[in-house]
Amino acid sequence: MTIWKLLIREILHRKVNFGLGVLSVMVAIGSLIGSVTLLRIHDIHTDQILEQKEAELGKRMDGLKDDTRKAMLKLGFNVVILPKDQNLGDWYSDDYASKYMPEEYVHRLADSGVVTVRHFLPSLQQKIEWPEYKRKIILVGARGEVPNMHKNPVKPMVQPVPPGTISLGYELHRSMDLKVGDTVELMGRQFKVHACHEERGNKDDITAWIYLAEAQELLDKEGKINAILALECLCTTDALPQIRREIAGILPETQVIERGSSAIARAEARTKVEEQARISVEKEKIAREDLRAAREGLASILTPVVVTACVVWVAVLGFTNVRARRVEIGILRALGVSAKRILIMFLSRHVLVGVIGGVLGFVAGTLSAVYFDAARDSAPFASLLHSKTTGWLLLASVAGAAALAVIAGWIPTMLATRQDPADVLRIEN
Amino acid sequence: MLEFRNVSKYFEGPEGKLTALNGVSLSVKPGELLAVRGASGCGKTTLLLTAGGLLRPDAGQVSLDGQDPYESGPEQRSKLRARMIGFVFQQFHLIPYLTVRQNILVASLAVPAKEASERAEELISHFGLDNRADHVPAQLSTGERQRTALARAILNRPKVILADEPTGNLDEDNAQIVFGYLSQYVNDGGCVLLVTHDARAAAHATRTLQMSQGQLIE
Repeated sequence: MTIWKLLIREILHRKVNFGLGVLSVMVAIGSLIGSVTLLRIHDIHTDQILEQKEAELGKRMDGLKDDTRKAMLKLGFNVVILPKDQNLGDWYSDDYASKYMPEEYVHRLADSGVVTVRHFLPSLQQKIEWPEYKRKIILVGARGEVPNMHKNPVKPMVQPVPPGTISLGYELHRSMDLKVGDTVELMGRQFKVHACHEERGNKDDITAWIYLAEAQELLDKEGKINAILALECLCTTDALPQIRREIAGILPETQVIERGSSAIARAEARTKVEEQARISVEKEKIAREDLRAAREGLASILTPVVVTACVVWVAVLGFTNVRARRVEIGILRALGVSAKRILIMFLSRHVLVGVIGGVLGFVAGTLSAVYFDAARDSAPFASLLHSKTTGWLLLASVAGAAALAVIAGWIPTMLATRQDPADVLRIEN
Repeated sequence: MLEFRNVSKYFEGPEGKLTALNGVSLSVKPGELLAVRGASGCGKTTLLLTAGGLLRPDAGQVSLDGQDPYESGPEQRSKLRARMIGFVFQQFHLIPYLTVRQNILVASLAVPAKEASERAEELISHFGLDNRADHVPAQLSTGERQRTALARAILNRPKVILADEPTGNLDEDNAQIVFGYLSQYVNDGGCVLLVTHDARAAAHATRTLQMSQGQLIE
């Protein structure tokens, strides 16, 4: 015979008392774990909702960004950097600069780490008389975009014109009946037609594009350009002062103008939409936080009440058990069983009540929380199952429940060990 | 083996101080069955519990195999009790959820021994409980219950048996059986202090004392 055998036999004999104890602990731990799990599920839902909203927002913003980019591409470069001494009145009337600046400026700009503009395209532009055809055209010398050395490379907005080739505006190739591959003479030099553009309805229709270095040679402007075209990065209406400030720091001998653009309006709209969407996400976040706080508040009142009631009930059951076993304790003491062994026997019973109640309470609490959760989908359950926190919660539940049961049963156990066997045996015999 | 020297014990009752033992002196030697007879409430059970190290006397000295159990602490006293004393009660005090075998073996909780199971089987046989070994007390007759209690009391081979009205609930036949076992135990060298109001006890006792109002009378 061992204390453990005696313990098991006693539990089997007083199943109701033991069962009620287990049930009590189960309810206490169940309500605690249920509350915690509901809050955890709430957090999982919140994360899911916010993630979904963020993803939707991202998708929408990507769409808007793409729209803006497309609009900007349609419009072309919307920032023009001109020599500082260029009279803007002349520039607006002629649509090209009469003053020049070193081509090296574009490299300085690209190497500077400038953040407000990108896609730098140096150009040399001049209205000339095409001597071979006796007609006025705009000659643009351009080369490929100069990559920004401090940013990830992006797809160039315009394709460069290879040396020895010419790209023609609609009016030019139409009136002169030129096609890609034809050869044409410009200022005594032969050029192969590289591209024939479609009608744009603006000065581009009377523009011819050639390689920058060749234009510089033809116009006798070696190493010179009269504009750097660029694209705003910030896409906000009040970006110009920022761009000006930044470029003035890098190229003090230049001035910056911005072309009015529908793209900017789009960008503005996009910013507004983004702002609204962010506010909506924030509002959702606040609403979820408020709901959580309300649930937490309710749990913080209900759970301690339930746990306290259960502890009291376990204590009452403990007293009942000790009372029912008065004679048994007396006889065991009379047989010479020490008070320490009696203590171990009663505490072990409480630990057992706690451990079984803790495991059952954990399972019941978790399942109830999943069942009563408003969303009732399987995603949170799967998340809960795969969470390390769940394992720790199980351990904490079992340990906590055992501690709870021992605390609740402490006073009855002490009474059992301190019970004077003589008192019992005198009365009961 | 067991000696009382001028032992007194008082209780506080609703009507003031109650004298349960009043200067009791006695001695029980190995091979002796001392029967103490007296009416209910004369202090018999108090005498027995005091002898068993369960009730500290207010005055006088108790000696058990040369030791005063009340000079040591409760744990030591438990050990002494487990080793030296076997208790038998009128109400048997068997544990209701244990079988006869397990009830007998309960005594081994205090003195764990490898041969406890073997000894229990021996006692089951000795007390004619073979076909009742796996029954719980509720399924036993009163005689079988008392035999089980007796087997439990002697499992650890105590030197003294303290029996409190062991035949109080038994019929003539069963009372004779119990007295027979106690006599046999005494003949084997044990000693028994038996408190009872059963007149039949005198026939089996080596000595009989009368107790009245906490005092012993030869």
